[in-house]
Amino acid sequence: MARDSQAALVALNRFGFGARGGASGDFVNAASDPRGFVKAELSRPNGVLLEVPGLSSTPALGKAVFDYQFEIKQARDAASKSGAPATATEGPPQQASPDARVQRRNLSLSSIAKDITAKEPAKESAKEMAMQTAENGSASATMAPAETMQPAAAKPPPQPLNIIQKTFRAEALARLQRATIADCGFAERLVVFWSNHFCISANKGPLARMWAGSFEREAIRPHVLGRFVDMLQAVEQHPAMLFFLDNQQSLGPDSRAGVNRNRGLNENLAREIMELHTLGVGGGYSQDDVTSLARIITGWTYAGRQGQLGTPGTFVFNANAHQPGAQRVMGKIYEANGVAQGEAVLADIARHPSTAKFVATKFARHFTADEPPPSLVARLQDVFTKSDGDLKALATGLVDSDEAWQAPLTKLRSPYEFLVASGRLLARNPEDAGRYLNGLNVLGQPLWSPAGPNGFPDTNAAWAAPEGIKLRLDISAQIASNLADRIDPRDLLELVAADAASPETRRTIERAESRQQALALLLMSPEFQRR
Amino acid sequence: MTMDCCESPMASATSRRALLLGGASFAAWAYLPKFARAADGRDPRLVVVILRGALDGLATVAPIGDPDYAGLHGSIALRTDGLNAAVMLDSFFALHPAMPAFARMYREKKAAVIHAVATSYRDRSHFDGQDVLESGFAGPGRVQSGWLNRALENLPRGDRVMRALAVGPTTPLVLRGSAPTVGWAPVALPQAADDTAMRLAELYQHRDPALATALTQGLQLDKAAQGDDMKPKPGTNGVAAMRLVARGAAKLMAADDGPRIGALAFDGWDTHANEGGPVGRLAQLLSGLDGALAEFESGLGERWRDTVIVVATEFGRTARINGTEGTDHGTGTIALLAGGAVKGGRMIADWPGLKLANLYQGRDLAPTADLRAVMKGVLHDQFGLGERVLAEQVFPDSAPVKPMKGLVA
Repeated sequence: MARDSQAALVALNRFGFGARGGASGDFVNAASDPRGFVKAELSRPNGVLLEVPGLSSTPALGKAVFDYQFEIKQARDAASKSGAPATATEGPPQQASPDARVQRRNLSLSSIAKDITAKEPAKESAKEMAMQTAENGSASATMAPAETMQPAAAKPPPQPLNIIQKTFRAEALARLQRATIADCGFAERLVVFWSNHFCISANKGPLARMWAGSFEREAIRPHVLGRFVDMLQAVEQHPAMLFFLDNQQSLGPDSRAGVNRNRGLNENLAREIMELHTLGVGGGYSQDDVTSLARIITGWTYAGRQGQLGTPGTFVFNANAHQPGAQRVMGKIYEANGVAQGEAVLADIARHPSTAKFVATKFARHFTADEPPPSLVARLQDVFTKSDGDLKALATGLVDSDEAWQAPLTKLRSPYEFLVASGRLLARNPEDAGRYLNGLNVLGQPLWSPAGPNGFPDTNAAWAAPEGIKLRLDISAQIASNLADRIDPRDLLELVAADAASPETRRTIERAESRQQALALLLMSPEFQRR
Repeated sequence: MTMDCCESPMASATSRRALLLGGASFAAWAYLPKFARAADGRDPRLVVVILRGALDGLATVAPIGDPDYAGLHGSIALRTDGLNAAVMLDSFFALHPAMPAFARMYREKKAAVIHAVATSYRDRSHFDGQDVLESGFAGPGRVQSGWLNRALENLPRGDRVMRALAVGPTTPLVLRGSAPTVGWAPVALPQAADDTAMRLAELYQHRDPALATALTQGLQLDKAAQGDDMKPKPGTNGVAAMRLVARGAAKLMAADDGPRIGALAFDGWDTHANEGGPVGRLAQLLSGLDGALAEFESGLGERWRDTVIVVATEFGRTARINGTEGTDHGTGTIALLAGGAVKGGRMIADWPGLKLANLYQGRDLAPTADLRAVMKGVLHDQFGLGERVLAEQVFPDSAPVKPMKGLVA
């Protein structure tokens, strides 16, 4: 059997989530047929879909959160009438934080490590640290008084998770488990790529947090190996995106609702569609085009709790809010045609040459180098154009290119890739998403919660920063310290890189003073961190 | 295992942690000489604060005297009477009520406002706008280095400051480049053992120099900043977190051998909907910023006297509120200066007016000042950088943009 260890490293790390531990044989399989190993996941029917018992549709989740908020409101109203303090129920569901108090639970780094290594909790307590924040990202936790974040502060008693937190964790867990057990992980890497391209932020509020997972399952996954234009239409009509970029609030100034309510246009979604989702900055559109598109997609919204426009939590076209009349976008007139007016614009800009170039560049950058080979970008752009945006053809074109295999492994794994790769190597299928979520927060990549609509950065400058590397080391040390003596890091090195490992890495691991130290060093080695 | 490769103090018998916490924090690796201006013996400091998302300058420093302001800003316009009244800075401009510390500094002539200012960028993409603001180039797409890093590079040798401080989990573009920087973020975690860190540093030195540099710097700074109560999560901008970030940065920069130049970024200023007026979402953010400025003032102690803080954002927001009680991407906005070295108590503005005909593209406050002129003026006055270096190296091809003189007392 021919064995190409360098190519195996590329197949596993560049395209996938790294080799699995145990008896998976990933490295050997990848080494014997690197391209075939990667491409196998592209030909599995429905392999990208995530259908897990217990995960609900967007409308069902919408109903649940509407009901939950309604209950809280009623409880609060009742409490204020009776003069009693509104306790008992969960914290305020509105705006960024579903619940600040629940977040101060013991989700520290050592806990993430614990989940990956599955050691007894009792032995960890001494290492429990100050980071008593939780998966919910930013706003809420930081709005808490500073003293509650200090290590000396007593831990508040655990509180039951509310429906929003439960849903978010269940969605996260399903995604983490899929990534952990996948053979190569190429398909899941594609999901992560497209999900970040069309990102929303769960920090926008309870609805976004509730829908972050279903958005990805419904709008991204079905099209990851399908057509770009279909993904675009699905994304821009998904309630999560409409909420994230404020379109449900945007009213045509001359629409019936606009005139009555004296509110008007919000350009947020229209701008990001052109700038971030399709054409890219400098892609040939003007401010007038943005405004026109904003007018065209007025009325694109979702039905609320009362269900006046349709089933709560579904996409609906609200003709009452829609700006009447024809609009000109990038030189073309789009006649008034209800929701089809906007769909026609999306169909056109999805096929615009600027879109092909923007997508091809971003795709190549993600999988090869911060400065991707121009020949590869050109080829992918050509594939995108000639296949009418067939994303399976795009992925196949990448794997078939020589550039993607020859480019040196210079990119640093993102925090998500790093944590998933660690779980895979240690053969731990996650049982609790909370610990991973906390780790992602600490490393600056909170799940489904980028700081802006351009998603998480995709360059070494962003991830290979001093603080980031230092934190990875601390996480690696925690994982390793929890693992006790049940593994031999020298064996793991064979799973990670086999004879593609550098002599220095091999020596560093072999000479470590303990197994724990050796494992921490392995997790931090260039062979594990670079892809 | 011996660590014969290591030239840092980590290799000594003393543990790194003990050494760093023993008060030798920066001296141990501050091989660059301490910076001091020979002329007047001052030891100047500069902090650049980037507000990501495009601050609404008209909502922060409101042109109350402009007859068109209240109409354009509608329900979120500031007022000078009633509850949460804005604070008049002069007879025309009023400051948002969420910034009492800045108002006091302004009264004490230690703060100033530049209004109707913008970079040279005239489009409406945050990410390009931030590239231009931070790279110092006239157009977007130049992301290899930032103007603050190039300023550092051009300081006279021998007078070179310590590595500049990048606050946060990632280095902002404004500080990226070939001049050395250090990073620090306020987060506490279980520490990896010193010995493990040393071995990893050695491995990286042989196999991955870029990671070696990052790791070493990450370890050093984290240790130096330890010992207080800063445990917020990274990448967040709650009011408390903004204060804590500033407190940590001030502590590092107050040290005798600490960084003289620092940069940090606060997110969240993209207020498309429900921006709020005197209270609400923007008010919260401004309150955090105000708290951060106050933390720098107290944390820098004696050093505050020689400090300039520049607060800038990539562009402004539309003059007229949109259909959802917010504002969309606009052009002209404000820059704030605060610090003991600022020649303050002044509004600096060539006011273009808010009549429709005067608005940029009929939408935005028209810029009448170039943000680069502000930055150039500060760099010139604080660090003695010459006009030519500023025009060619720090802000390439910017000769027509003259430094704004006299910003520093």
